Amino acid sequence: MKTEESYLEEVTASEYKYGFYTNIEADKVPPGLSEEVIRIISAKKQEPEWMTEWRLDAYRKFLKMTEPKWPNVTYPEPDLQAISYYSAPKKKKELDSLDEVDPELLKTFEKLGISLEEQKRLSGVAMDVVVDSVSVKTTFKEKLAELGIIFCSMSDAIQEHPELVQKYLGTVVPKSDNYYAALNSAVFTDGSFCYIPKGVRCPMELSTYFRINEAGTGQFERTLVIADESSYVSYLEGCTAPMRDENQLHAAVVELVALDNAEIKYSTVQNWYPGNKEGKGGIYNFVTKRGMCERNAKISWTQVETGSAVTWKYPSCILKGENSVGEFYSVAVTNNYQQADTGTKMIHLGKNTKSTIISKGICAGHSNGSYRGLVRIGSRAENARNFSQCDSLLMGNGCGSHTFPYIETQNKTAKVEHEATTSKIGEDQIFYCNQRGIGEEEAIALIVNGYCKDVLNQLPMEFAVEAQKLLAISLEGSVG
Amino acid sequence: MLKINNLQAGIEGKEILKGIDLEVKAGEVHAIMGPNGSGKSTLSSVIAGREDYEVSGGSIDFEGEDLLDLGADERAHKGIFLSFQYPVEIPGVTVTNFIKTAINESRKARGEEPMPANVMLKKMREKMALLEIDNAFLSRSLNEGFSGGEKKRNEIFQMAMLEPKLAILDETDSGLDIDALRIVANGVNKLKSKDNAVIVITHYQRLLDYIVPDYVHVLHKGKIVKSGDKSLAHELEAKGYDWLKEGAVEA
Repeated sequence: MKTEESYLEEVTASEYKYGFYTNIEADKVPPGLSEEVIRIISAKKQEPEWMTEWRLDAYRKFLKMTEPKWPNVTYPEPDLQAISYYSAPKKKKELDSLDEVDPELLKTFEKLGISLEEQKRLSGVAMDVVVDSVSVKTTFKEKLAELGIIFCSMSDAIQEHPELVQKYLGTVVPKSDNYYAALNSAVFTDGSFCYIPKGVRCPMELSTYFRINEAGTGQFERTLVIADESSYVSYLEGCTAPMRDENQLHAAVVELVALDNAEIKYSTVQNWYPGNKEGKGGIYNFVTKRGMCERNAKISWTQVETGSAVTWKYPSCILKGENSVGEFYSVAVTNNYQQADTGTKMIHLGKNTKSTIISKGICAGHSNGSYRGLVRIGSRAENARNFSQCDSLLMGNGCGSHTFPYIETQNKTAKVEHEATTSKIGEDQIFYCNQRGIGEEEAIALIVNGYCKDVLNQLPMEFAVEAQKLLAISLEGSVG
Repeated sequence: MLKINNLQAGIEGKEILKGIDLEVKAGEVHAIMGPNGSGKSTLSSVIAGREDYEVSGGSIDFEGEDLLDLGADERAHKGIFLSFQYPVEIPGVTVTNFIKTAINESRKARGEEPMPANVMLKKMREKMALLEIDNAFLSRSLNEGFSGGEKKRNEIFQMAMLEPKLAILDETDSGLDIDALRIVANGVNKLKSKDNAVIVITHYQRLLDYIVPDYVHVLHKGKIVKSGDKSLAHELEAKGYDWLKEGAVEA
């Protein structure tokens, strides 16, 4: 007789399906971190002097900081001197068509099911593909340019739009914000930049796929999205990473700026390599994501987190302007020995600001998942509103789920609601599905997708499909 | 179609079924009655393949195949359907999505292509009309916040969509008011054919006024103590189970 544990173990024993390694020649800086290395990175990228200085300033601030210990995760501290801070595919010339893209790379994308051709033809998604820090391909650039939309790599933005970069870079996440944000500010090699002009509604989902692709290479992306007054943009970020033995550090910074009446929708599907079944290997994902809302602006974060060995990540909103709105929709899956400490911060500063938090945690195997959220209502935030719902779904008896909701209010007119539930996938539910001809694996996918529906519904259609697949891959094995 | 021989089964070391013999042929309706705790629901769970139950002896054959080797989902693929006494809730999964998944998983198991959406939709409309089900029902989360009657109607709706060879209705009448009972029974009757069979598990005669059985069996302490035609159900209604319990003790 199979017990609930045994089949949960069986179905959660999924191998990482995207574990392959693309053999592209890379141009690499020797491991180590110093002012010298930062100068080399900046020089290799032919950056202007102000950018080099900005990095060095960040580095000096970083040197005075220590790694945060408050997240509910344990891991050996990464050796920052063992990391190579720059790795770029050697073939760096401008590409006009897909034919010019390294065929190895195209194969990789095919395996992931995100072939550029298909994406372009079927969904009209413009993609800025980042492989190991340097943009390889930017599509739809011209079409967007007609509307005055700038969507390019951060490197290009520094060269071509220095005034915008200088004006906004580091304004939402300051260089000294935290240990890993400071590190990122010093050594980031690339990322995406997006600017939507006043009154423009971006006609397509902007999309970036990041991959870590060179052994021993940490990746430090920097993303900056600026939505000028009364503009709208939906931005998609998806990640998959190949299998690695040693842990890899990933410390990204994402800054969103939503000016008056603007709206930014930022969606992420994160599937970095989570380590093997014994908890060996996997990505350390220490990310700082934050958005600034001016008057009547809205920022909506949606994330589906299935990967990484260790994650700490709190996409946040600073609701500075009156009537601004912040939203956070999250599904975080941990399996085997994964650890995740994730949530959001909603900082209400302006009057009549509103925030919504929907967090769905799913824990399986021996994993540990924590929700950590802060809702702060400032003294001038009259009539601020927050609604938070934090649910946990447990699979089996070896995992742990924790909720750390912090609420700080300095204004009596604030209204803050918090709801939380914890549930287990029941044997009854599985049997019911089985009896209708739905196998265990499919049953768990069905139940989990139902549980996450409120979050998945926030994703653009094609992304939702991919997210469902990822949930299935993360939680299911090859039963039967 | 279904042949049960000397079936012994229990849960957590406690024996509940103590040698059940039952044969159900295509086109037949069997009623299994009996007092609380007699093993009625255990029997339905064991036929459907619930893994909590351990079969310690005997056999169950379905169309010449040994069922006991198959998982619950594989039994469903063979055409066995259980209408649950207590249908479970699956939040966030709509009735439509659930039924679609169920149908297509069974088709996949049989090596068939998924049912085309328009065919499925047409079929759903037809069966909804049969069971007097409202359109809005389809987009609700499965059984979540359903009344007792809605849950049972949903079970029969699924049965209508899946078209099983053998349907086991486990106390489908409990929680139903008289109108709902009539609709559900009417639905079951319309789905009956010479090729399929129904086992109705119930406490009461009431449902059997609508779904008329060919055979009635009385289950007591894990054994079938008496079998007869539909008049046995009336006799039970009039006399209760006590006279049979005494009989069982004497036997």
